[in-house]
Amino acid sequence: MKLSMILNGRKTEEEIAEGMTLYDFLRSQGCSSVKCGCETSNCGLCTVFLNEKPVLSCSVLAMRAQGCHVDTLEGLQEEAKEFGTFIANQGAEQCGFCNPGMIMNAIALFREIPDPTAEEIKEYLAGNLCRCSGYEGQLRGILNFLDWKKGGVRE
Amino acid sequence: MSRVEEVSCVLRTVNQPLPKKDSMALVTGKPVFLDDVLQGNYLVVKVLRSPHANAMIEAVKLDTAKKVPGIEGIYTWQDVPDKRFTMAGQTYPEPSPYDRLLLDRHVRYVGDPVAIVAGKDEACVDRALKMIKVTYQVLPAISDFHQAKDNPLLVHPEENWKSLCPVGADNRRNLCASELDGQGDVEQVLQECDEVVEGTYHVKANQQAMMETFRTACYIDTYGRLNVISSTQIVFHARRIIAHALDIPQSKIRVTKPRIGGGFGAKQTVVAEIFPAFVTWKTGKPSKMIFSRYESQIASSPRHEMEVHVRIGAMRDGHIRAIDVDTLSDTGAYGEHGPTTVGLSGHKSIPLYGKLDAYRFHYDVVYTNHMSAGAYRGYGATQGLFAVETAVNELAARLAIDPVKLREMNMVRQGQIMPAYYGERTDSCALDRCLKRAAQMIGWEEKYPCRRMDNGKIRSVGMAMAMQGSGISGVDTGSAEIKLMEDGTYTLYIGSADMGTGCDTILAQMAAEVLECPLKDISVCAADTDSSPYDSGSYASSTTYVTGKAVVDACEKLKGQILKEAGKLLGIGEEWLEFEGTGVRSLPEAAVTEARSDAAGTGEGQNRGKVRDDGPLWGCENLHDDRPAQGCENLRDDGPAQGCENLQEDRPAQEHENASMDRGAPALEDRWISLGEIAAGATCGGQIALQAAAANSSPVSPPPFMVGMAEIELDPETGEVELLDYAAVVDCGTPINPNLARVQTEGGLVQGIGMALYENIQYTDEGRLRNNSFMQYKIPTRLDMGRLRVEFESSYEPTGPFGAKSIGEIVINTPAPALAHAIANATGAWLKELPFTSEKIYKAMNGSFTEGEI
Ligand code: FES
Ligand code: FES
Repeated sequence: MKLSMILNGRKTEEEIAEGMTLYDFLRSQGCSSVKCGCETSNCGLCTVFLNEKPVLSCSVLAMRAQGCHVDTLEGLQEEAKEFGTFIANQGAEQCGFCNPGMIMNAIALFREIPDPTAEEIKEYLAGNLCRCSGYEGQLRGILNFLDWKKGGVRE
Repeated sequence: MSRVEEVSCVLRTVNQPLPKKDSMALVTGKPVFLDDVLQGNYLVVKVLRSPHANAMIEAVKLDTAKKVPGIEGIYTWQDVPDKRFTMAGQTYPEPSPYDRLLLDRHVRYVGDPVAIVAGKDEACVDRALKMIKVTYQVLPAISDFHQAKDNPLLVHPEENWKSLCPVGADNRRNLCASELDGQGDVEQVLQECDEVVEGTYHVKANQQAMMETFRTACYIDTYGRLNVISSTQIVFHARRIIAHALDIPQSKIRVTKPRIGGGFGAKQTVVAEIFPAFVTWKTGKPSKMIFSRYESQIASSPRHEMEVHVRIGAMRDGHIRAIDVDTLSDTGAYGEHGPTTVGLSGHKSIPLYGKLDAYRFHYDVVYTNHMSAGAYRGYGATQGLFAVETAVNELAARLAIDPVKLREMNMVRQGQIMPAYYGERTDSCALDRCLKRAAQMIGWEEKYPCRRMDNGKIRSVGMAMAMQGSGISGVDTGSAEIKLMEDGTYTLYIGSADMGTGCDTILAQMAAEVLECPLKDISVCAADTDSSPYDSGSYASSTTYVTGKAVVDACEKLKGQILKEAGKLLGIGEEWLEFEGTGVRSLPEAAVTEARSDAAGTGEGQNRGKVRDDGPLWGCENLHDDRPAQGCENLRDDGPAQGCENLQEDRPAQEHENASMDRGAPALEDRWISLGEIAAGATCGGQIALQAAAANSSPVSPPPFMVGMAEIELDPETGEVELLDYAAVVDCGTPINPNLARVQTEGGLVQGIGMALYENIQYTDEGRLRNNSFMQYKIPTRLDMGRLRVEFESSYEPTGPFGAKSIGEIVINTPAPALAHAIANATGAWLKELPFTSEKIYKAMNGSFTEGEI
């Protein structure tokens, strides 16, 4: 089967095996920011954008991305750096294994709800598990980032 | 000003909330984890696992499986060495018994490996796994750990089982360890007490559930050695364990680690490493094994399930006089960390109470047909503290004394000897301040014990104290090596493992503090058994305290070396020199050698002489101009050996004195040489290694302390608990990086909350673990943890680096007892088994609850 998509802004065409997940496909394309933490669609580590909407790449067949735009953190480096600095300033990146998925979903949140409340943030990111940080530091980082976006100071 | 405040005033890098050195790589998703860094083709390794809790393998049919295209090798118990070992990452000789084989004919839990399959990709390996036919002789199994000791059914009947340490192990009794410790006559004192609370508290075998599952890759290098890249907390122990498992010399093995996606103790056991190591050693081909979440849940190294029986006696006025702790621990099918975790259930709970007339602590650790337990953050202290703190809270209720007051009356304080803590004295203890502050933060006085809300729900508060250790006293060894690089920056080599905790950064912060340089000037290299100095590894809350001290010592040593080199270059005795971070300065009264004339006398020294006039050192101007090679080449052309020798010849102090006497001026102008110049100087005809190593082990393990207080809202209609607020105040000594200490605390609290409220471990009658995915094993999401507030009340630990103790483990210990307390304050029911599900709470409130039912 031939799969073609726009991956991180570049046209990509590959012969793939039937039943390949989008997760496996993206890793095979060198998008190693995409991580896997479960087999049951529970952890959110594998979050990527399919036509600009966040999806769990572990439970999407690669062929579903036929002709679509797919974005991973590799293609969003500027945004990742800008926002990620605020997570780093809290020390909340910890082991970092859950970070790409969480940051993808956070970017989706900022695009969808530019000025979310703390409750909206928690709900939007509820599917992104993190075993290290206890979530509080991530929340502080997100709130500081949003503040800064609105013209506040960088913390 | 307190000692800590005093110290933090003068600190520049330590005690600062600096970002981690690897933070930007992590937040931008750079390829830094094991499966990201592998290049080329690695065989995929998986294992076939036993479907039975106890069975002998009678026959294995491999012929069809072997024919699957792409299969490289399939191995069974007949192919592996018959020498038992332990997978526990501990200092040799390990207290954990040698009870494992790489593959055993006798399988002892559902999930025990039966065969190793290696092939070119996952698809062919999966196919082959399905085609292996195994005939088992199924045996009865021990699933209830109360029934294990002295059961005629033996988990380890084999002759070559062995225990290396005197821990009370006896495989003929299903005992992995047993001990009795105490002081005073507990029975007598308990009899004299006005009130005795007695209870049995049950903690399950919770999973660490780090987001990155177990994983290892191996290849053979140029020298024919087995290179193991693993997501591990213990590179050095892993090297020894792999050597034991494969029965090959340790010298044939090198272990390194990339970034680690979380560990929490799980990766203090060699869970995945031995399988790909065996495959690569056999085939000579690179291989890797990546555990699925399912495997990580059913065949790994979780917390030891423990039942802790407690009796606490007190007088009517609240004086707690005796504590008796009796722990039964389930080590599962193998003894990893069995003999050691259990000790903490008493040794790190009883000493919180400083006015005891007697205590007793007894334990048995038994083998069963469950998956083997291992090390999980808290390491037994978590289990013991849930029991003791809950019993003390119940005692307070019975005595009608506010539990905060009861703690104030009885808690251990600064300067006290703790008999149940190996007789150590608390030289740093701010537990009293932690308690006071936590009570203020949560509003204890107004909120204790509970109030009914308009919506019919009940709001209540609960509390607990906790302690842990800082490394294993007299055992854990941390080392560090630091090297001055040619450009005047440093590289720090450590063998401890940053698993997200930030130890690469905090150890670099300590180095930067001692060497008076910015954090960015310290590069960190960790961990590699070939190049790192020895370190036991990152566990037992040891890295900051044990390895941290080694870093400080190594840096101090290096300063001495730098002064020596600077002295040679400047021609000034090192005793007249002062290290000041960016360079070395002569002390005002220093006398300076008239090296100029000496150098001139050598003939080729004109160039050097001139440079000396311009500044502190020959050729170094060139070096400063970023033209180091040229500068050196010039010197070499001139005959470097000679020239350098001259310069490095020691000009003894006498000569300085002569010089100054000649001039009749004791203090010449300041002489200064930059670090870059010293470093570069040492690269040309150098004779002093600008590199220093130090090792450290501590005879004591100073406990960090903390207090946690929870406020919940409980729905009496359903038994549902909502956590509203959690106030935690920690005394970890000086926090080396307050941001990282805070996030460690928050992370530990949420794990503790998960363990208390959601994370259940249930076995079927056949010994199969039900909670084998994140669907059934519910770790907290960000909607489940309410508000967390963390503060520090720091004491100053005199034996720690910059007054630091530890933070990593203690933080998981308070949620279970604090939540049990809050639930009791809301309902009157004291729950003694984790997790506190809504069903259990509801049933307990309605009197239909029996322990162990849910
Ligand atoms: S890997 Fe867990 S949700 Fe996709
Ligand atoms: S930072 Fe480790 S899982 Fe989130």
